[in-house]
Amino acid sequence: MAPRLKLFLPLAIFVVLAGFLFRGLSLDPMELPSALIDKPLPAFSLTALADGRALTRDDVIGQPALFNVWATWCISCRAEHPYLQQLADSGIPIYGINYKDEDEAARRWLQELGDPYRANIVDREGSLGVDLGVYGAPETYLVDGDGVIRYRHVGVVDDRVWRDTLEPLWREVLALAQEP
Amino acid sequence: MRACVFGVMLLLSAYAAAVIETYEFSTPALEARYQLLSEELRCPKCQNQNIADSNAPISQDLRRLLHQQLEAGASNEEILEFMVARYGEFVRYRPAFNAVTAVLWLAPVLLLLAGVGGLLLLLRGRRQSGGSLTAEEEARLAAILKSPEKDA
Repeated sequence: MAPRLKLFLPLAIFVVLAGFLFRGLSLDPMELPSALIDKPLPAFSLTALADGRALTRDDVIGQPALFNVWATWCISCRAEHPYLQQLADSGIPIYGINYKDEDEAARRWLQELGDPYRANIVDREGSLGVDLGVYGAPETYLVDGDGVIRYRHVGVVDDRVWRDTLEPLWREVLALAQEP
Repeated sequence: MRACVFGVMLLLSAYAAAVIETYEFSTPALEARYQLLSEELRCPKCQNQNIADSNAPISQDLRRLLHQQLEAGASNEEILEFMVARYGEFVRYRPAFNAVTAVLWLAPVLLLLAGVGGLLLLLRGRRQSGGSLTAEEEARLAAILKSPEKDA
């Protein structure tokens, strides 16, 4: 290497480092990719919150739907609730996974705040949660018509999340489901 | 007063003991594996802690699962596979070597080799340029050494 070029080495190293650091500013280290993307929704045998009847995987798959992990102890879930209601009102099927909660408190919550869910799966021990790789609430999974998990969103679903990430995927999944 | 302090300390110690639950193991070997695995498995919620140290609900769940699976006779590999299938390679503090993690594992070695290589090049360059002066330079050096220093 020519001696002149060598002088630019520190600058080059600085630029590369600065590039990495700048990229790091917009990365969220708390965001974990789900290990279950493009994997089938795990099988389960739990009960429904409303009437205690048995619920299995077969009862909730067959059409594209959102699966929302929530609990009454989860404060962000309360913030998320009105938006879920709005989505449900616009015709999107949402199943609830009532995660490590008390049935009575959960039923009261739905009475007071409204019930956007097609059905609620009671996951009192968090076993379905572990199978899904849930590590906190709220989390929302987009499951396609074949019962395959297409996306996992950790945190509150709001207008921005829906418009930017979930809705485009939802349209895609819906289009696939309507093909013969 | 002393009794009061003692009482408060007793209360606090009860609390400290309640933070992380204990499990009964049928054999000491299982308990040793429990310690090993709970230190290797990373808490998905509180990301810079292992599940042995973390008191997040998810860590409690994972510890309970770990205990159940160990008692059920699962091997270390089976347990790690179970966890990775759900939480991704992230959940291991020592991820398996594969295409995704190759950079992670190889980067230290490659960086060390690059550093040693760079150092060797630098040293060789220095040795070559040092000690060998042209005839003209030799003459100038001799002149400088001979002439008395002006500001001495």
